[in-house]
Amino acid sequence: MSNQIQMTRRSILAGAAFAGAIAPLVTASVASANETIVEAKVTQADISTLERVKLELVKPPFVHAHSQKAEGGPKIYEVTLTIEEKKIVVDDAGTEVHAMTFDGSVPGPMIVVHQDDYVEVTLVNPDTNELQHNIDFHSATGGLGGGALTIVNPGEKAVMRFKATKSGVFVYHCAPPGMVPWHVTSGMNGAIMVLPRDGLKDAKGNELVYDRAYYVGEQDFYVPRDAEGNYKKYESNGEAYADVLEVMKTLTPSHIVFNGAVGALTGDNALKAKVGEKVLILHSQANRDTRPHLIGGHGDYVWATGKFVNPPDLDQETWFIPGGTAGAAFYTFHQPGIYAYVNHNLIEAFEKGAAAHFKVEGEWNNDLMTAIVTPNSH
Amino acid sequence: MSADKKPSIVSLFSIVLPVVVAAVFGVGIAGQLGYFEPQRSTAVADPPTVTVPAGPFEFRDYGEFYKNGFAVDGPMVRGKTSMALVVMKFQVTEGEYRRCVEAGKCPDVAAVHVHGDAYPVTGVSFDDAQAYARWLSTETGKVWNLPTHEQIAIAAATKFPDDALGLDPDSRNPALRWLADYDRETRRKAESDPVPKAIGHFGENDFGLADFAGNVWEWTTTCHRRVDLAGQWSSTLSTCGIYVTVGQHRSPMSSFVRDPKTGGCSVGAPPANLGFRLVRDDRWYADLLKRLRDRGIVS
Repeated sequence: MSNQIQMTRRSILAGAAFAGAIAPLVTASVASANETIVEAKVTQADISTLERVKLELVKPPFVHAHSQKAEGGPKIYEVTLTIEEKKIVVDDAGTEVHAMTFDGSVPGPMIVVHQDDYVEVTLVNPDTNELQHNIDFHSATGGLGGGALTIVNPGEKAVMRFKATKSGVFVYHCAPPGMVPWHVTSGMNGAIMVLPRDGLKDAKGNELVYDRAYYVGEQDFYVPRDAEGNYKKYESNGEAYADVLEVMKTLTPSHIVFNGAVGALTGDNALKAKVGEKVLILHSQANRDTRPHLIGGHGDYVWATGKFVNPPDLDQETWFIPGGTAGAAFYTFHQPGIYAYVNHNLIEAFEKGAAAHFKVEGEWNNDLMTAIVTPNSH
Repeated sequence: MSADKKPSIVSLFSIVLPVVVAAVFGVGIAGQLGYFEPQRSTAVADPPTVTVPAGPFEFRDYGEFYKNGFAVDGPMVRGKTSMALVVMKFQVTEGEYRRCVEAGKCPDVAAVHVHGDAYPVTGVSFDDAQAYARWLSTETGKVWNLPTHEQIAIAAATKFPDDALGLDPDSRNPALRWLADYDRETRRKAESDPVPKAIGHFGENDFGLADFAGNVWEWTTTCHRRVDLAGQWSSTLSTCGIYVTVGQHRSPMSSFVRDPKTGGCSVGAPPANLGFRLVRDDRWYADLLKRLRDRGIVS
C-alpha cells in the first residue's frame, strides 16, 4: 500500500474548502502588516490618471494656502523653483552676502503636500546666474534626494518627480558636487511639509487643527572680516569664495538670522496672532543645530525633529532641532503682548540675529499672570 | 587795691590770633581746592554757544510712571526759569573731543565711530562725556557740565520729544501698552537714518540750538527713575548709574555704554548714536562749586 495521499475528488474539494476558509484570514493578516504599501502601490499607468495641481508658493514666513486634511486621493503637485543668485544685506550695518536662493528668498519657500502625493519639481537655473546648482529633498528617496537628477548649469532646467512617502516637515537644499556647504550656507535651503492625509493628531488621536502656520528658516552666514574687524564686501561669489571658506572652516558663523537678515521678522514684519489662535511654527536649519523657544509661551505639541508619525512631545519649553532638520511646534496663544521666538543660545539670539517677534492681540488673563506688587522702593 | 576795674581791653593777641588762624585755614582750604595751581593759559577757545533766555517752559516728564501697578504716560511739567541758560550750539565734535584724547584726559573713540572732525562725536559713554567736561573746564577756565534733563528740555523747546502713548491710564490690560510701545519703536527705527551727519545737518530750533533730535542721543546727568502715581502721594525711585539720554525719544542708558544695541528680548529701538553737548555754568560761585564737586566734598 502506498503513502500517497488519495487524490480523490472529495479530498480536492475538501482542500479547496479549507483554503477558501483560511484565505480571508491570511490575506487579512498580510494586509494589516503591509497596509499602507499595498494601498499606495500605484502603477506607472495610474500616475497619469492622478489630478495635477500647480502650487503657487509664497515668500516666507508665510505658507501657501493648503488644506490640513487631504481632499480626495493622492495628487501630483507641480512646483517650480527658480534659482536666483543675488547680493543681500543681512544686518543694519549694511553687511553684504552673495546669497544663492530658491525663488529669491532666504530661506526658500515652504511647500505643502500630503503623504503619498507626488511632487514634480521644475528646477530652473537662469543664465543670469554664474554657478551650477541642484536640489536635494530630505523628503525624497534615492538619487541623493533628487540632487543626482537635477544638476543644472546656468541656462538649464530639470524636472524631477518624487513621492512624499513620509509625513513630516523636511529640509530641502542645494548640494552641487564639490560645493555643498558653500551653497547651503549661502542661503540655498528651504523646507517642505508633508501632512498626514487626515491632518495632524496628538498621541491620543485628537485632531490638531491650526489657524495659521508660519515658516521660520534659520540661516548661518559666514562673512569674512578685514584686518580692522570690518565685514568685507566682494564683487562676486567667486571673489568671495576663498575667504568665506576660511570662515566656514572655523565653524563660527558671523550671523545667525531668521528669514535672511537680522531683525527680518521684527517690527513691521513681526509675526502676528490673536489670543485663542492655534499657530503652527515650522522651523528649519539646514546646517547647524538650533533650539527654538517662545519667550512667554510654550510648544504645546512639538515634533522637534519634525516627523508626524511620531506622537508630539507635550508642553515643551525649548526643543532641539539638529542641523539638517526641520521641526514643528503647535501652540495656542493665551496672553496678548509681545513674544520673542528665539534660538535659545541667547548669544546667537541677541548677538547674531536669531530672533523673531510675535505681536499678539487680545484680552489679558490675570489668572495666568498678574503683578501683585509692581517694582517699587522698599 | 583800686576798686574800679580796668576797662577790659580786648587783647590784640586775642583778635589777631583767631584771624590769623582763620586766614591760614582759608589759605589751606583754597590750596586744597586748587586755587594755587598754576593757571594754564586758556589755549582752547570757547565752543559756540546759544543763550536760552529765562522764561516759561513745558516738557513731558521723564521716567517710568505707574498707576495701580500698570505703566502709564508721565505728566507734562510746566515751569519758569529765572536765569538764562548757556548751552553749546552744536554737539561736541570729533575734532574737539580728539584734543581731549591727545591731552590724555579722555578715552579714545572706536574706529567704527570715526567719520570726520566736523561730525558729532559718537560712541562715547556718560563717563567719557564727563571726562571731556572736566578737561574743557580746565582748558577754558570756565565751568562746563553735562546738562540735566530739565536743562536740555528747556534748550530744546519745541524739538523736545513727547513720547506719551495716549492710552487709557485706567486700562487693566498691560499688553496694550507693550504693543503700542512696540509699534512706536518700530516707527522710530524706520524713520531714523543711523549714519551720523556733519554738525548743522539737522537744523536749528528757535533758540539756535543745532541738531537736537537728529540721530544722536545726548547724555544728561539725570538718573533714570520709576515713579508710582498711586495713592495720595507719588513715590520715586531713582537708579543712578543709569542716565537719561535724549534725542528723538528719552532712552535710559547705563553710564558705561558707548554703543547701544538691540537684542532678542529688548524689543525697543535703541538710540542710533550716543553723543553729548555741554552747558556752561555762569553763576559766580560755579567755579567753587565745581572744585568742591570734583573733590567729592559735595555731590
